Amino acid sequence: MQTGNLLLLLIVMVALAYYLGHQRSLALARPLGGIRHLHSLPFYYAMRAALWCALPALLILGAWLAFDDTIIRQTVMQGLPEALRPDSDGARGLLLSQIQNVASGSLSPESVDPAIAAAAERLNGLRTTSAMALTVVVIAVGLIGAAWGWVKIAPQLRARQQVESILRVIFMLCATVAILTTVGILMSVLFESIRFFQKVSPAEFLFGLQWSPQTALRVDQVASSGAFGAIPLFVGTLLISSIALLVAVPIGLMSAIYLAEYAPSRVRSVAKPMLEILAGVPTVVYGFFAALTVAPFIRSVGEAVGLSVASESALAAGLVMGVMIIPFVSSLSDDVITAVPQVMRDGSLGLGATRSETIRKVVFPAALPGIMGGILLAASRAIGETMIVVMAAGLAANLTANPLDAVTTVTVQIVTLLTGDQEFDSAKTLAAFALGLMLFLTTLCLNILALHIVKKYREQYE
Amino acid sequence: MSKTTEQVRKSLARRYRAERRFRAYGIISIAIGLAALAILFTDIIGKGHSAFFEHYIKLDIAFDQQTLDIEDARDPDQLNYGNYDGAVREALKARFPEVTERLQVRELSALMSIGAGYELRDLLRENPEWLGTTQTLWLLADDDVDLFLKAGEKGRENSRMTAEQKSWTMELERAGDTERRFNASFFSRGDSREPELAGIWSAAVGSFFTMLVTLCLSFPIGVAAAIYLEEFAPRNRFTDFIEVNINNLAAVPSIIFGLLGLAIFINLFGVPRSVPVLGGLVLTLMTLPTIIITSRASIKTVPPSIREAAMGLGASRMQVVLHHVLPLALPGMLTGAIIGMAQALGETAPLLLIGMVAFIVDVPTGPLDASTVLPVQIYLWADSPEQSFVAMTSAAIMVLLAFLIAMNTLAVVLRKRLERRW
Repeated sequence: MQTGNLLLLLIVMVALAYYLGHQRSLALARPLGGIRHLHSLPFYYAMRAALWCALPALLILGAWLAFDDTIIRQTVMQGLPEALRPDSDGARGLLLSQIQNVASGSLSPESVDPAIAAAAERLNGLRTTSAMALTVVVIAVGLIGAAWGWVKIAPQLRARQQVESILRVIFMLCATVAILTTVGILMSVLFESIRFFQKVSPAEFLFGLQWSPQTALRVDQVASSGAFGAIPLFVGTLLISSIALLVAVPIGLMSAIYLAEYAPSRVRSVAKPMLEILAGVPTVVYGFFAALTVAPFIRSVGEAVGLSVASESALAAGLVMGVMIIPFVSSLSDDVITAVPQVMRDGSLGLGATRSETIRKVVFPAALPGIMGGILLAASRAIGETMIVVMAAGLAANLTANPLDAVTTVTVQIVTLLTGDQEFDSAKTLAAFALGLMLFLTTLCLNILALHIVKKYREQYE
Repeated sequence: MSKTTEQVRKSLARRYRAERRFRAYGIISIAIGLAALAILFTDIIGKGHSAFFEHYIKLDIAFDQQTLDIEDARDPDQLNYGNYDGAVREALKARFPEVTERLQVRELSALMSIGAGYELRDLLRENPEWLGTTQTLWLLADDDVDLFLKAGEKGRENSRMTAEQKSWTMELERAGDTERRFNASFFSRGDSREPELAGIWSAAVGSFFTMLVTLCLSFPIGVAAAIYLEEFAPRNRFTDFIEVNINNLAAVPSIIFGLLGLAIFINLFGVPRSVPVLGGLVLTLMTLPTIIITSRASIKTVPPSIREAAMGLGASRMQVVLHHVLPLALPGMLTGAIIGMAQALGETAPLLLIGMVAFIVDVPTGPLDASTVLPVQIYLWADSPEQSFVAMTSAAIMVLLAFLIAMNTLAVVLRKRLERRW
C-alpha cells in the first residue's frame, strides 16, 4: 500500500479507537451512576486509546520509511556476484544508479549485464516486499495498540494524567527539533567536510590562492586536478559584504534615528512598514533586479567616465544587497534606540544640548552595543546571502579588491558545485560542504556574538 | 555683552546648522530607502507588464486532407500525427505568395509559434467537420514577432528578426491581421522552452504543495515547542541550550538548510529529489524558529490572571494551557505563521540544492510529484537567453510579490482585528 493511503487508513483507525474508547468509558460509567464516578472525563479515556493506536504505529512507520531504502540498497549490493562488486565509492554509486535505472524501467534490462538486471529485479522485489510488510506491521501495531488502550479502560484508571504526560513529552520533543536541526546541520557538513579534507589538505583549502574546482571527467584529461584554495572566495564574500554594509549601515542607522527621535507618529507609522517591505522581498527578485538593471547601469556609468567595469561586478551585487539589509539594521537599531530611557534625553536637553547633540552624545553611546549587535546580524545576513550574488556577481574566482571586477562568493560556489548531476564523492561536490562548514561557523560566531551583545545590553536598564 | 555670551551666540548658529544637517541626513536616508523600493517596483512592473499580453496573427487555414495527412478527423491516431505545421506554412505561403525560396519559407513560418500547430489539432478535434474547409483563425505569434510588435521605434531596430521577417510582420500589422490579447495561458500553462507558451501554473501548484507540507509540519511543531518552552520547561541548562539553538537557527543562512536537506534527507534517508515533500521538510526546519519565536511572544502576552483563575477552579496545567492560554494566543501565533510562510514562499537557495531546479512542464498532482516552485521558476527564467523571458520573469515576480503582499496584509489585518488589550 502507498504511504499516503496507509496514513489515511491509520487516521481512520485512530478516529475509530477514539470513538470506541469514548463509548466504552460511558458504558462503564453508566452502572456506577454517570461520568462523575470515573477518575477522568471520557475524553481522556478516548484520547488515551487514540494515542495508543497512533503513536507506536507512527513511530514504526517513520523509522521504516527513513531507513528501508538504505537497507534495501545495501542488501542488493551485497547480493551481487563477487566479480561485479565495485571497489571504489565512485564505481559503487555508478553501479547503484544503473541498477536503479533498470529497476524503474528507464533503462532496458537487455542492455546491461544479466547480473545487474537480476539485481534490479531483486531491488524491485525487495521494495514490494518491504511496502507490504510495512502495511501489515503498521496496521497490526495500530490495532494492538488500540485494543490495549480500549481493554485497559476502567473507572479507576488515571487517564488524564497519562494523556497529559504523553502530551508534555510530545511538546518537549517538538522543542528539541531545534537542537536536532543544529546537530543535523553540523553532522551533514562536518562528515562530508572530513571526507573532503582527506582528499585536499585543510592548509591548501584555507590558505590556497587558486580556486578552480572543475575536476575532469576522466583522469587523463587536461586540468584533471582541481585547485581548492578558498582565499579568493573569502575575499570576494568579504568585498561584497563590506559594500553591502557600507550602504546599509549609514542609511539604516540614520533612518532609525530619524524615525525614533524626530519623525511625527504619522510619518513613522507609514515609513517604517514601507522600509520593512524591503526585507520581505524575495532575494531572487533582488538578484534579477541586480543582474538586469543595476549591473548594466553601473557598467554604462563606468564606461561614460572611462572605467572598465565587468558586466557582473561586485559593486552591483553589493549595492543591491545593501538595500536588502537596510531594514535589518534600521529595525534593530530602532528597537534599541527607543529602549533608551527618556530621562537620559531629558537630562541632556535640560542642560541645553540640541536634539542632535543629545542623540550623538547620549542616546547613541547608550544604544551602541545594541546597534553593534544589529550590525553584526546584518553582516551575517550579507555573508550568507545567496541569490543576489548567484545572479549578479559572477562565477570567476578573482583575487581582487576592486569592486568593479567580477568576484565570486562562498554561497555562489556552493550552489554551482551542487546543482547539476554529479556523484557525491568527488572532491568537487565535497568542497561545497567544506565551504558550507566555513559559512556555518562564520555566521554562527557572528550570531552568537551579536545575540550576546544585544542580550547583555538589554539588561542594563532593567 | 560679555565675551561668553558672544561666544555662545556665535556657536549657537553653528549648532543649529548642525542640528538641521543631522535631521536632513535622516530624511535623506529614509528617502533613499523608499526610493530604492519605488525603483525596484517600477522597474519590475515596467519590464513585466507587457508579458500579460501576447500577439495573435490572423490566417486563413486550409484544413486540407492532403497537407494534414488526415483522412478521418474522428480517428485520434490520425489527429495526433497530423502535419499541422504544414497547414500553417501553407497558410503563410498563401498570405505572402511572393515567397517561394526554401530558406525564405522557413523564415516565414518562424513568424508563428510552434504552439500554433497544437492549437490547430485541438480545434480540429473539437470541430471534425472542418476537415476539407478553410477557416479564418487567430493563431499565436512567435515570441520574436510578439516582442517586435510590442516594441517602440528603437526596440524594432534591435529586434533579432531578419529584415524580411520585419517587413512581413509590418505588413500583417498594417493589414490589421495582428491582435493583442490577454495572455491567459501565462496563468494556466507549465514551463516551456518557448516563451510564448510558457506559464507559471505548474510552479504555482508546486509552491502550493510545498507550502502545504511546510504549514502542516511547522505550525503544530512550532506551537507545541513554544508551549513547552513558555509553560512547562524548567529553567535549566537544557532549555537554555534549546533557546540558544532556536535563536541561532533563525539567523543561519538559508543555503545551509539546503546542504542539510541534501546530506540528510536525500543521501541518508533516500527521499526522492525535486518533490514538494522534500522542499516542505527543508522549509519547515527553516521557518520553525520564526514560528516558535512569535508564538512564544504571543503566549507571553496572555496575562497570568487567566492562568491563575483557571488553576483556582481546579484545572490542571495542561488544561489551563489547552483550554485558556492557547485559544487566546492563537491569533498572534497565526500572524507569526503567516509571516514565516511568506518567507518560505520566497525562498530559493535551499531549494536549488535539493534539485527543485528541474525543467518541469507538467502540473504536479500531489506532493510526491516532481515540481518546481515560483521563486525557482523566476531564477530559471532569469537565466534564460531568450529576450522574451525578461518580461516573463518580471511578470512572474509580480505574481509572487502579489502573493507575498496579500499574505503580509492578511497578517497585519489579523493582528489588528484580533489584538486584545488586557
